[in-house]
Amino acid sequence: MEQYKKNKIKSRICWVIASILAVIQLLIAILPFFFMVLNSFKEKFEMLTKGVFTLPDTFYIDNYKEVLSGKFFTFFLNSVIVLLVALTILLLVAACASYPLSRFKFKLNAPIYALIVACMSIPVHVTLIPIFKMTRSMHLYDTIWSLIGPYVAMGVPISVFILTSFMKGIPKEIEESAEIDGCNKFKMFTKMIFPLSKPGLSTLAIYNGVNMWNEFSFAYTLTQSAEHRTLPLAVWEFRGRYSMNTPMIMAVLVLTLLPMLILFIFAQDKLVKGMTAGAVKG
Amino acid sequence: MKENSLQKSRQRETNKVAAVFLAPVMLILVLYVFYPIVNTFQTSLYEWNGISADKIFIGISNWSKLIKDGNFWFAFSNNIKIMILSICIQIPLGLAMATFLDFAGKKTNVFKVIWFIPMLVSSVAIGFLFTYALATKGGMISSISNFFGGPNIDLLGNPSTALYTIIAIIAWQFTPFYMVYCMAAYTNISPEVFEAARIDGATRGQYFWKIALPLLTPSLKSAAILSMVGSLKYFDLIYVMTNGGPGRSTELMATYMYKLSFSEFNMGYGSAVAAGMFLLISVIALFTMKVINGKGED
Repeated sequence: MEQYKKNKIKSRICWVIASILAVIQLLIAILPFFFMVLNSFKEKFEMLTKGVFTLPDTFYIDNYKEVLSGKFFTFFLNSVIVLLVALTILLLVAACASYPLSRFKFKLNAPIYALIVACMSIPVHVTLIPIFKMTRSMHLYDTIWSLIGPYVAMGVPISVFILTSFMKGIPKEIEESAEIDGCNKFKMFTKMIFPLSKPGLSTLAIYNGVNMWNEFSFAYTLTQSAEHRTLPLAVWEFRGRYSMNTPMIMAVLVLTLLPMLILFIFAQDKLVKGMTAGAVKG
Repeated sequence: MKENSLQKSRQRETNKVAAVFLAPVMLILVLYVFYPIVNTFQTSLYEWNGISADKIFIGISNWSKLIKDGNFWFAFSNNIKIMILSICIQIPLGLAMATFLDFAGKKTNVFKVIWFIPMLVSSVAIGFLFTYALATKGGMISSISNFFGGPNIDLLGNPSTALYTIIAIIAWQFTPFYMVYCMAAYTNISPEVFEAARIDGATRGQYFWKIALPLLTPSLKSAAILSMVGSLKYFDLIYVMTNGGPGRSTELMATYMYKLSFSEFNMGYGSAVAAGMFLLISVIALFTMKVINGKGED
C-alpha cells in the first residue's frame, strides 16, 4: 500500500512536469505567429520604437489594404489554377496506374511498382536544370503552365504507393460479379474501382494539395514575373519594395497563411490525416 | 491445349490493358524524372552556361573537381549535421508530444491543434517570418533579451550560431509532423494492451518504456529514414533565410547546386553537384534501409 501511494505521488509529479513542458511547447509553437499578427497591425516605425510585443496603438489596417490592392489576388488565383489542374491530372493518372498494379497479374507488375515507388527519395534538384531547359524549349518558361508537369511528377510516386495499397483492400468479389455481368476492364475501372477509391483519393488530394500549394523550388526557378507566380512567392515581390517595412511583410505573411488556416479550421481532422498519409502508410 | 492458348490470349489481353493504364504515368515519369536524371549526368560532362549554344565537352573534369571541392564537402557535412540533429530532436520531441496527448486523452485536443499549426505554413513563409522575428534590431529574441537587460542578439548573422538556429527552426516546423506520425502509431496499439498492463500493476512510465516503446520502434525507424532523406535534400528554408551565409556557414548541397547553376550560370558544374548529391542520397538511403531492416529481422 505504501508503495502504491508512493507511485501515485510520483506519477502526479511527473504529470505536473509534463504539463508544464507541454505549455512551454505551446508557447514556442504559437509565439512566432503572435509576433506576426501583432506587428502586421502596426505602423512602420511603431514597431521599432515601442517594442515588438506591445499591442498596436490603433488597429492599423493600411498594411493589409496596400497588400490587397497590389498583385496579391493574381498570386492567389495563379496558385488556385495550378493546384486545380495539377491535382486533377495527378489523381487521374495515379488512379489509372494503381488499378493494374493492384489488381492485375502480369510479369512486369512488381518491377514497375518498385520503379515508381523508388522515385520517392529522388531530390528535385537533380531534375531542376533539365526541367528548366525543357520548359524554355517548350516555350512554357514564365507561365503558370510550366509548373503543372513537375508538380504532377512530384506527387506520382507517393500517390501510386498509397492508392495501390488502398485498391488492394477493395474485395475481389465485387470485381468477379461485375465480370460475370459482362463488365470489361475499362468499365470496371470507371464504374467500380475509381468510385470505390474515393476515400483514398481524398486523402491524397489533401496531401498533394498542401505540397503543391507550398511548393517553392520549381515555382521560383520556372517563373519570373510577378503576374505568373504562385502565392508562396508573393512575399518575394513585396520584400523587394518594402524590405525595411517589417509590419508590411508580416501582413503579406498573414494573408498567405490565411487560406490554409481557414481550411484547417473547417477540416482539421481530414487535414491532419491527409498530411501524414504518406508517412503512416509507409 | 486449347485451355492453355485461351489462358495465353487472356494474359495478352491483360498485358495490353495494363499497358494502356500505365502509359500516362510512365510518360510523366520519363519526361519529368528519368530523362532529367540522365540529362543531368550528361550535362555534368560539359562546360556550359545554360543559355548559349556552345557547350564544351570536358569529360570527367567536373567530377574530379567535385571530388576535390572543399565547398561541396563542407555543404555535405552541414547536411549531415542537420540530419543527425533533426533525427535526435524532432523524433523524440514528437514522440513525447504524442505520448502526452495519448495519456491525457481528448481534453488536450487544443494542444494538438496548436502544436500542429507550424506544419501548415510553407517553408518560404516560415523563412521570412523567422528572418524578421530573429532580426538583430526589433526581433523577438533580441526583445526578450532586452527585457531582461541583455544586449541585442544576432543569431543568423553569426557564422557559429547560424546553422544551429536554422536547425532549431526546422525542428519547430517539422516536429508536429512526427507528433501526428507517432499518434497514428499509438492508435495501432490496441487499448487492451494498455489495460492489461495497468491491471498487472504497471505505472504509466513502465507502460511507456517496457511496452509502448518497443511496439513503436518499427514506426520510429521509418520516421528516421523519412527525416534522413528529407534533411539531405533540404533547400527552401535556408535559401530564403541565409542563402548559405554568412560566409559559407549554412551552405547545403542543394543551395550550393542552385547558386552554381542559377546565379553563376555554371550549369555544367552545377549538374555535377546535383548528380553527386543524387548519388550520395541514394547510397546513404539504401545503406541505412539495409542496416535498419537487417536489424529488424533479428
